[in-house]
Amino acid sequence: MSYVVWFAEFQPEHAGQLGGKCASLGTMTVAGMPVPPGFAVTTDAYRFVHANPEIANAVHSLLGSFDPSNLGKLAAVSLELRNLVESAPVPTEVEDSVREGYAALAEMCSDPRVPVAVRSSATSEDLPDASFAGEHETYLWVQGPEAVLSMVRRCWSSLFTERAIAYRAQMKYPHDSVQMCVAVQKMVRPKAAGVAFTLNPRDGDRSQVAIDSSWGFGEAVVAGEVTPDNYLVDKVLYEITKRQVSSKEYEYRLGENGVERVAIVDERREQPSLDDAEIKAVARLARTAEKHYGCPQDVEWAVDLDLPDDANVLLLQSRPETVWSRRPVPSVATQGDYMASIVATLTSPLHAQSKSG
Amino acid sequence: MSERRFPSPFDIPVPDGAEDWTDLYSYSSVFSEDRREHEEQAFWFQDGVHWPMALTPWDATFFEYAIASLSQYNTRHYVIPPAMGIDYRILYGYAYLSPVGVADPAEVESRIPEFMERAGHYFANWDDLYANWLEKIRGLIHDMELVHIEPLPDREPLEVVTEGRGTGSGMALMEAYHRIVDLGLKLWQYHFEFLNLGYAAYLDFFGFCKQAWPNIPDLAIAKMVAGVDVDLFRPDDELKKLSRLAVELDLDGHFASADRPDAVDEALGASDEGRRWLAAWSESAEPWFNFSSGSGFYHSDQIWIEHREIPYAFIRNYSKMLREGTDLARPLEKIRAERDRIVTEYAELLPSDEDRATFEQKLGLARVVFPYVENHNFYVEHWSHSVLWRKMRELGRVLAKEGFFAEEDDIFFLKRNEVPEALWDMYSAWAVGAPSRGPAYWPREIDRRKQIVSALEKWSPPPALGAPPEVVTEPFTIMLWGITSESVAGWLGGSDDDSGDLKGMAASPGVVEGLARVIFSPAEIDQVQDGEILVAPLTAPSWAPIFGRIQATVTDVGGMMSHAAIVCREYGLPAVTGTAFGTKRIKTGQRLRVDGSNGTVTVLED
Repeated sequence: MSYVVWFAEFQPEHAGQLGGKCASLGTMTVAGMPVPPGFAVTTDAYRFVHANPEIANAVHSLLGSFDPSNLGKLAAVSLELRNLVESAPVPTEVEDSVREGYAALAEMCSDPRVPVAVRSSATSEDLPDASFAGEHETYLWVQGPEAVLSMVRRCWSSLFTERAIAYRAQMKYPHDSVQMCVAVQKMVRPKAAGVAFTLNPRDGDRSQVAIDSSWGFGEAVVAGEVTPDNYLVDKVLYEITKRQVSSKEYEYRLGENGVERVAIVDERREQPSLDDAEIKAVARLARTAEKHYGCPQDVEWAVDLDLPDDANVLLLQSRPETVWSRRPVPSVATQGDYMASIVATLTSPLHAQSKSG
Repeated sequence: MSERRFPSPFDIPVPDGAEDWTDLYSYSSVFSEDRREHEEQAFWFQDGVHWPMALTPWDATFFEYAIASLSQYNTRHYVIPPAMGIDYRILYGYAYLSPVGVADPAEVESRIPEFMERAGHYFANWDDLYANWLEKIRGLIHDMELVHIEPLPDREPLEVVTEGRGTGSGMALMEAYHRIVDLGLKLWQYHFEFLNLGYAAYLDFFGFCKQAWPNIPDLAIAKMVAGVDVDLFRPDDELKKLSRLAVELDLDGHFASADRPDAVDEALGASDEGRRWLAAWSESAEPWFNFSSGSGFYHSDQIWIEHREIPYAFIRNYSKMLREGTDLARPLEKIRAERDRIVTEYAELLPSDEDRATFEQKLGLARVVFPYVENHNFYVEHWSHSVLWRKMRELGRVLAKEGFFAEEDDIFFLKRNEVPEALWDMYSAWAVGAPSRGPAYWPREIDRRKQIVSALEKWSPPPALGAPPEVVTEPFTIMLWGITSESVAGWLGGSDDDSGDLKGMAASPGVVEGLARVIFSPAEIDQVQDGEILVAPLTAPSWAPIFGRIQATVTDVGGMMSHAAIVCREYGLPAVTGTAFGTKRIKTGQRLRVDGSNGTVTVLED
């Protein structure tokens, strides 16, 4: 019975307590694709709410024969149930586990009020295929242990948002069939961010990871608003085979009003946005995703400002690469014996370009 | 690039005090008006890989033998389709080379069938032929050892008369010299019996990899092919073994006086343990310490068995490291596992089983030929040359005894074809029973030549001469000397640019910062402090013990397959080779950033 499971300590047998989102974050972290660090508040913690007779009765009586098309009443029912859930008593051990988890994350980031995202991760033993996509709540930039606890409760209670109730009713899922796990995950504060392809987009060379990188949040790179630094890294030796540092005019960073675009005026404009260790870490992360998913990947990544050097390169998203992946890789097999090939080698001016770099 | 030219060999002023320098070399090896048109339109590069210093007259022998033999195999044995030989000249004592291509595409085409048949025979029978080569080279070294050199006797021994031999000691001495130079030429013929083909097979694999993975680093290709346990490392391994034994027997204290090897031996000879160690030394020494402290191409290169202070000093340092708990062993299992991992991962990146079959076939051939590429250097430049230099010194001693020379090494200030003349002078005077001219003639002439050589040594040869090539395509030039279109362009740019990064071959990956130590010969190795960056014209196998102490290596000359590159990859140290100007631009004590992944060296602060 554990109320908190770290993504980095995820094991397949945890999956039932974690819900789809948290299990996926755990699986990726353990497989070497480090998503922003954090932990799951498991369904074992939610159980105290779920098993609370007062709440169970309320769910039964208010939703038992509820007609979701009755919109006027839906709002009131939702509000009542959410209030019940958010004020339901849970054992101190549960609250302390969440506080300890947040404190550990804060220590890892050297920031006692490290901002986190608190995300719902619903699960149902009876409904293994249900996705619940977008039905429940997510809270961003949450700071401090009490705020985190409060948002965990709000995630729990988001099982009874109007749209969640309506969704279950429409899908004919019993209203007490779903349990809630909650992800508490560090908000990324990128020093630098960008994209990486697990092949060289210029020539399709599958032995390379190509990285585009710029300062701040990845938006600048993704939207093509800056000419990013560009690196190629060999997948086998993890050698940087090409580097081109560009002048980076803008960066997205966290300001008073959220993430905003600012001009880079200092010397960072001309400086490489990644050091060699970071370049190689991004390449390894992309390569791991490619091996994990079994096909060339297009990943978004960030180097976090708060995390220690050996754990600050994070994977934000990975999806299949679509351009080169659709073309067959040209064959380099030669027919006939090696002598013909040696003659061709000697007589072709290939070696003009033999220098690496 | 063709807009700019390197200096013409005819426009470079004679170094002061070296005005008569052409007296020191063969008439066919120097630039001259007789071939000016040909010589001026060619591209010449200084071969600092093998001959970084000015040559004395006799030392030019192996330069001429080597390059002519290399060429002969290209042109006359294997009929390499696009490449004739490499032309060579000596300018102010320094070795310059010029690859000669086959210009006419039809002629290249017509050479192919012959090449296929001839080279094909070697590739198809490589292992047998290489086993045979090892027999031949050992036989050749044995023949060299048998060359017998003795001062002329006052009287021929009686048995010469009673056995009716009919020839005398003077003729035997002249024959011995001819034997030395003939065996030397034979050695160089053997040297290139396999090397050009070995490089061709390597380049074929190289080309395949570049086609399959256009951005693959050169060193990944080298790592897939390189042997793990090669003879190149054997002398160093033997030193480590002897160091371990010295520590085990508690004898390492004696090596405190390594600079006086006779005293060390005397102290060792006084105990059973010491005698056991000396026996182990003798076992390692033949042949592994027939090892030159330089490239092996200079009579002044010190050979370990003749200069025991060198290996003894290494043993002193290794013993100290062992006492401090350092593990000296090269992690062979780890290196082997890493090589397998690299091969497997690249193979997995290929699209089909047919591609993998081609990859494996080419890698297989490259690995078949590579032991020769890696190992021949010990047999030829180290072991055989050690014997030849020794025999020449024996002859020098005979001539010195007769007053021709002040010291035995003076013989290296005679041209190869002047030695028979001096021997003739000595012999005929001995035969006649009258004075020879030599004792009056040679000491004066050798003094004059020594002054010229010392003037040449002060001169700094430009990296290249003449017309730069549009593009460097000659495969051996790239493999052996690391000369590419880029490095030629770098030299052109480098001659008038004193700021900015030095560029060279990205020979061994990694980036480090540290203090520079510029040294020019292995005699200066003692100056190198732990954690410094070695900056040298080049390195040779006998520098091996230094690599445990440095952070990175920068050399003036050499490519992916140069000694510095191979050893640095082995030791996991960054290396930038072939920078051309490293030892000129960098000063000891400067803080450097060496980027062995990109082939750049940056001076961070003075």
